[in-house]
Amino acid sequence: MYNFEIERPGTIEEAVAALAAEEAQALGGGQTLIPTLKARLAAPAKLVSLAGIAEMKGVRSEDGAVVIGGGATHAEVAREAAETYPALAALAGGIGDPAVRNRGTIGGSLANNDPSACYPAAVLASGATITTNTRQIAADDFFQGMFTTALNDGEIITSVSFPVPQAANYQKFEQPASRFALVGVFVAKFADGVRVAVTGASEDGVFRWSEAEAALSADFSADAISGLSVSPEGMIGDLHGTPEYRAHLVKVLTGRAVSAA
Amino acid sequence: MPDGGIGASNKRREDVRFLTGKGNYTDDINIHGQAHVHFLRSDIAHGKIKRLDTSDAEKMPGVLRIFTAADFEGVGGIPCGWQVTDRHGNPMQEPKHPVLAEGKVRYVGEMIAAVVAETPAQARDAAEAIVLDIEELPAVIDMKEAVKDGAPKVHDELESNLCYDWGFVEENREAVDEAIRGAHHVTTLELVNNRLVANPMEPRVAIGIYDQASGDHTLYTTSQNPHVIRLLMGAFVLGIPEHKLRVVSPDVGGGFGSKIFHYAEEAFCTFAAKAVGRPVKWTCSRSEAFISDAQGRDHVTKIELALDEEGHFLAIRTETYANMGAYLSTFAPSVPTWLHGTLMAGNYRTPLIYVNVKAVFTNTVPVDAYRGAGRPEASFQLERVIDKAAREMGIDPVELRRRNFITEFPYATPVAVEYDTGDYNATMDKLLEMADVAGFEKRLEESRKRGKLRGLGINCYIEACGIAPSNLVGQLGARAGLYESATVRVNATGGLVVMTGSHSHGQGHETAFPQVVADMIGIDPSMVEVVHGDTANTPMGMGTYGSRSLAVGGSAIVRATEKIIAKAKKIAAHLMEASEADIELKDGQFTVAGTDKSVAWGDVTLAAYVPHNYPLEDLEPGLEETAFYDPANFTYPAGAYACEVEVDPDTGKVEIVSFCAADDFGNIVNPMIVDGQVHGGLGQGIGQALLEHAVYDENGQLLTGSFMDYAMPRASDVPFYKVDHSCQTPCTHNPLGVKGCGEAGAIGSPPAVVNAVVDALQRAGHDVTHIDMPLSPSRVWAAMQQG
Ligand SMILES: Cc1cc2nc3c(=O)[nH]c(=O)nc-3n(C[C@H](O)[C@H](O)[C@H](O)COP(=O)(O)OP(=O)(O)OC[C@H]3O[C@@H](n4cnc5c(N)ncnc54)[C@H](O)[C@@H]3O)c2cc1C
Repeated sequence: MYNFEIERPGTIEEAVAALAAEEAQALGGGQTLIPTLKARLAAPAKLVSLAGIAEMKGVRSEDGAVVIGGGATHAEVAREAAETYPALAALAGGIGDPAVRNRGTIGGSLANNDPSACYPAAVLASGATITTNTRQIAADDFFQGMFTTALNDGEIITSVSFPVPQAANYQKFEQPASRFALVGVFVAKFADGVRVAVTGASEDGVFRWSEAEAALSADFSADAISGLSVSPEGMIGDLHGTPEYRAHLVKVLTGRAVSAA
Repeated sequence: MPDGGIGASNKRREDVRFLTGKGNYTDDINIHGQAHVHFLRSDIAHGKIKRLDTSDAEKMPGVLRIFTAADFEGVGGIPCGWQVTDRHGNPMQEPKHPVLAEGKVRYVGEMIAAVVAETPAQARDAAEAIVLDIEELPAVIDMKEAVKDGAPKVHDELESNLCYDWGFVEENREAVDEAIRGAHHVTTLELVNNRLVANPMEPRVAIGIYDQASGDHTLYTTSQNPHVIRLLMGAFVLGIPEHKLRVVSPDVGGGFGSKIFHYAEEAFCTFAAKAVGRPVKWTCSRSEAFISDAQGRDHVTKIELALDEEGHFLAIRTETYANMGAYLSTFAPSVPTWLHGTLMAGNYRTPLIYVNVKAVFTNTVPVDAYRGAGRPEASFQLERVIDKAAREMGIDPVELRRRNFITEFPYATPVAVEYDTGDYNATMDKLLEMADVAGFEKRLEESRKRGKLRGLGINCYIEACGIAPSNLVGQLGARAGLYESATVRVNATGGLVVMTGSHSHGQGHETAFPQVVADMIGIDPSMVEVVHGDTANTPMGMGTYGSRSLAVGGSAIVRATEKIIAKAKKIAAHLMEASEADIELKDGQFTVAGTDKSVAWGDVTLAAYVPHNYPLEDLEPGLEETAFYDPANFTYPAGAYACEVEVDPDTGKVEIVSFCAADDFGNIVNPMIVDGQVHGGLGQGIGQALLEHAVYDENGQLLTGSFMDYAMPRASDVPFYKVDHSCQTPCTHNPLGVKGCGEAGAIGSPPAVVNAVVDALQRAGHDVTHIDMPLSPSRVWAAMQQG
C-alpha cells in the first residue's frame, strides 16, 4: 500500500466535493479496493469513505420496488430484503464470506462491475434503476463490459431501485477457488415478460440471454429452453472452465433458476 | 497408573494458547532495534540481468543498505541435502544455488536484491526504485520439452536440463521388460500428479540477530527442523560454527514439508544482521509465499502393470518425469527416487519392478517434499492402475487387491525395503464394514432417483515412515543422518522436562510425548513438559517430517527415560537398603519385591539433587539423561480407504458424500490426535484430488498465484470422515511399536477420490478410464462429453 489521505464525509454533497480533488477515489466496503491497494496496483492520493453517509444506507420499499442504499452492505440486504425480494436477499447472502458481506456494498460491487460478480445479474434481470448523485441510469445502460460502467469520474451510486418480480431466482455456480460466480444466472418473471441475466460467462461482462427471455415469456418452465443453446463464442475461457463449459452452464443454470423461482 | 498415559485421548494442551491467540509465532517476535528487509524478486522466469542499479534506491528514506549478489561473493550457495546417483552410476547434475541471483534469473520469485530499511514499507518503496533490466530468455516449463535436444538451458553450466535419469532397480530392467512382453494382460496408464502449493496458515518469517560483543548469531525462523538449518546454513552457506549460531523455531503454524528446507531468506537475514549491525526481519506475504515456498508433487508418469490370467501381478514398469524447479531444494532429489521408487510394491506381491525417474530442471519455483513426499505419487499411480486393470479384466477391484496382498512378514520387496509387519486383509475387512460397501447398490439407486451419478472408490496404501535408518540413507545419497534425540531432565521435586530434537508445528507433541514418559514412570502427564525448537536447549536432532516424530523422536524419549529409570532404581535401592535387582517401579512408587517397603518417585528425585543420603562413590548426583535413537528400519503404516461420491451429470461437480479410512498405525499413544492427523491428511488429499493445482503459463508466470485461483479445500468441501485405527500390527523394531500417522491421509486419499469418480462415470455408461487431478467440475464435465 502507498500512503494516501482519507476523508470521511457525512453527506453525499460533502463526498462529491471531496471526490473533486485530483486522484481522489471513493471507498465503499473496501473489499475490492483495499486488496488492490495492498498489492500496490493502485495509488489514489485520497480515499473518500462513503461508510459514514446515513442517506446511502438501508433497504426500503417504495411503490412496489425495493430501494437499496448505495452504501448498504451485502449482509444488510440479505437480512432486510429477505421478505420483500427473497431472490435478491439470497444472492446477497451468497456473496463471499461473512467478513466480505459485512463490509462490501452494493454500490462498490456495481461500480466495480467485476465480470464474475453477482449483483450485476440481479440488477440487469430486475431492470433496476441506478441512482447517482447526478442522475438515474437504467440497468440496460449501466453495464458496459468488464469493469466498465456508465459512471463518470467522481460519480457516486447513492441507491438502486429494484422492481419486484412475480417470481425470481439466482443460480450461482461457484468458481472453485474464489467462489465468485463461474457462471451465475438471475431469472426474473414480471407481468410483462421474463428477464434473464448472466454473469461470469461472457468476455463482455453481464448480459441478457434474449432467446431464453422470449421462450420463457411464452412458457415459464425449464422445458421451454430445452431446445435453445448458447454459443461458446465470446465466453470466458480460463483455468476454471472453457468457453464451451461456461456456455453449457448458462443453459443448465437458467433451467434450474426457472424451476426454483 | 494415573489417567492420561499411552492410549488416552488427552486434550491438546498447546491448543489453549493457540485458540486464545497466545501462541508465540516468529512474526510475534520483535527484537529491539530491528530493521526490515524487502526482497526484490524476479517477475521474469528466465533472463539475463543486464542492469541492476541500486544507487537511487539507496537514497530513499529509511534505507540502511541494499544487497545484491556482489555482496555474497565468497559466501556458499544454498546446499542440497541429498545426492542421487543416476542409472549409469554418475552423480546427479547439481547447479549452484546462490542466495541472490547471480547474473541470471531462473524463476518468477527468485531474489535479485534485498533492501534493508527502517520499516517494511520503506524497504518496499526503495525496492521499487531499484533500476533493473532483464533480457528475457525463452523459459522451459514443460518437462518433456525441457529434456529435448536444443531446449533452452535453465543452467548454462550444466549439460542439459536433466538433473538425473534414475533406474530402480537397474539390474531388473531387462527382466521387467521381458515379463511385460510375455504377460497375459498389461494395463497401461498415463497420469499427472498435480503440482501443489503447501500454503501453511503461517507464512515463513526469519529474523537474523548478531551480537557484536560475543560474535554470536541467532536466527529465529519458521522451520520444522532448526538443527538442520543450523547445520546447513552454518556449515555450508555462511561458515558459522554451531557454537556461535543459535536457531530458534518457536510456535510454527503448519509446515506440511514446505518448512523443512533451508531457504535463502534465512541465510540472508543471518548474514545481513552482521553486515548492517542491526537485527533484520523478514515476513513473507501470502503472494510472496506462492512464488517462494518450495512446491510439491508435479510428476508426469506412465505406469504399466502386467498380470497373469488369474490377475496375479507379474511386473510393474514406470517412467516418471519429476519437476525439480529451477534449483535443487534441500531434499528435492530424494522425493521422486528413494521416497517414491521404494514404495512401488505397495501392499502387493509383485516380483519384478522397474522404476525410471527423470528429474528435470524448469524455470519454476523449486519443488520438494510436501505431506507424503513421493509416497502419494507412488500410491496414486499404483492404486489407479490396479483399478483400471480390475475393470479391464472384469475382476472386482477389492478382490484383485486381495489376490495380490502380501500376507507374510517380514517381506522383502523387489524395491529395496523390507516390511516388518502388517495385515492388509484386516484393514480391508474393517473398511468394507465401515463403508457399508454391501449397501452401496441401494444408495446408488437412491442417487439415481435424484438425478445424480454415484461412485465408489476403494484403494490401499502403504508408506515408509519413521525416517530413517542413517546407514541406509547414507548409502542412498543422504548427506545427513536421520536419527532423533532427546534429553530428559528430572527436577528435584519430580517434574520432568523433555528436550526433543523433534519439532511440533501443529502435531501435538507437547501433549503426546508426556503421555509416553508419564506412562513409563506411572505419574500424571501434567508433570512432564516438552521443550523443542531451540538449538540452544535441545540436543542435536533432525526435526519433524516423514511421520517420524513419535516413531523416531518418541523412541529417543523412551531410551532416555529408560536410562532415567535405571538410575532412579539404583537410588531407590540405596534409599531402601535393598538390592537394585529387586526394585520395581509402578504408579510412581518404587517398591522392593516381596516386601512392603516403598519410596515415592519424588523422594528419589529429591535424593538425586540433595544427595545427603546417596551412593556418591558409585553414582553421580542428578537425574538427567540423553539418548540418540537411530531406527533399524522404516516403519510401514498401511491401510484401506473408501470414497463415495455423487457427480452432478449436468455440471460435472463432484461431492464427496462419504469417506472412510481404516489405518494400521501400530500402537497408538493419543487416539484423538491420530484422528486429527488423519482428518488433516484427508483434507489435503481431497484438496489435491478435487481442487488444488499450481499452474504456470508457457512464460513461467504462476497463473494460480493467489487464493482467487488456487483452490484450497474448505470445510464444506469435505465430508464428516469415518476413521478407524483399531487394526494394529505394532512396529517390530521400535520400543513403542508405533508407525506414524501424519501423512497417511494425504497418501491414501487421492486415488480413492479418482477411483470413485471414474466408477461413477463408468456406471453411468461413460467410457472414461482416467481424469487427471484436480477433478474440477469443468474437467469432469469435459470427460463426460468425450465418452
Ligand atoms: C473474499 C472475497 C469474496 C468475494 N466474493 C464475491 C462473490 O461471491 N460475489 C460477488 O459479487 N462479489 C464478491 N466479492 C466482492 C465483494 O462483493 C465486494 O464487496 C464488491 O465487489 C466491492 O464492494 P465494496 O463496497 O467493498 O467496494 P470497494 O472495494 O470499496 O470499491 C470498489 C470500487 O467501487 C468504487 N465505489 C465504491 N462504492 C461506490 C459507490 N457507492 N459509488 C461509486 N463508486 C463506488 C470504488 O471507488 C472502487 O473503485 C468478494 C470479495 C472478497 C474479498
